[in-house]
Amino acid sequence: MSVERERPLVAVPFFPGSNDDRDAVSALERVGAEGRRVWHDESVLPDGTAAVVLPGGFSYGDYLRCGAIARFSPIMRAVTAFAGDGGVVLGICNGFQILTEAGLLPGVLRANESLSFVCRDVRVRVEDAGSAFTSRCADGQELTIPVKHGEGCWFAGDDLLAELEANGQIVLRYAAGENPNGAVDDVAGVRNAVGNVFGLMPHPEHAVDPLLGSTDGALILGSLVDAARLSAAVPV
Amino acid sequence: MKATVLVRPKPGILDPQGQAVQSSLRHLGFAVAEARVGKLVELEVEIDDATEARAELERMCEQLLANPLIESYEIELRDGV
Repeated sequence: MSVERERPLVAVPFFPGSNDDRDAVSALERVGAEGRRVWHDESVLPDGTAAVVLPGGFSYGDYLRCGAIARFSPIMRAVTAFAGDGGVVLGICNGFQILTEAGLLPGVLRANESLSFVCRDVRVRVEDAGSAFTSRCADGQELTIPVKHGEGCWFAGDDLLAELEANGQIVLRYAAGENPNGAVDDVAGVRNAVGNVFGLMPHPEHAVDPLLGSTDGALILGSLVDAARLSAAVPV
Repeated sequence: MKATVLVRPKPGILDPQGQAVQSSLRHLGFAVAEARVGKLVELEVEIDDATEARAELERMCEQLLANPLIESYEIELRDGV
């Protein structure tokens, strides 16, 4: 049982090798949430968790495949159950990789086509402002958000891609000429069929402070916080 | 029982690592039309029965060692059948 909070509690599970967990918490606090880091060894999310953000980094050293080992951490069982109950879950970069490996999001992330690590601002287009993660954006709006990854080339076969497109699950695409990794169909972020789980390669938590450039990331995280407030208002 | 699991990028899946290897080999003067790079996992499983070991290895591949969207796997068992 949770009550509506002024500042909804957003759990940020982190793993050995995660490195954006503190930035995620800081950015979430800036957009009106209470962020709380949760070590991967925990088997339950904090009481009153209204949303989960899986942060970026290199969980388990990216051994075998990015995210392939982190998905078996005890906390992921809790995250999977939370998502199954309709809880709002966002995966950023390595968090996105973990969610695809866990089967919570479609597709897979592979080595960048260039084989080079990319670290720069990219422009992404909001394909669906109706999602819980883009509600503060407008359809077709372009956001500037940095990427920093070596394995961000999202891939899905033709059939899966057509299905996702038909269901409106492709929420974010790299703008024309901006695709930094060779992702199929310029996909930068996808959601699950229900719409409560979303992953993206760009880092919204690194684009919330005007001192550091774009603040467009706050639109994504702010949308998440709005959704978290709504879900926290519903007794679980 | 010892086993080797070979994990390969599925046919048709772009393999930039393989392309880089192929290009390097060509620079060295080798006539290589294509290279694809996979992974090799050597395991020692604590099961003596080959059929049982193979079934267990299949499960390991499905759950962790390969991602079926992009990779195929092949299991080789030694010390036995």
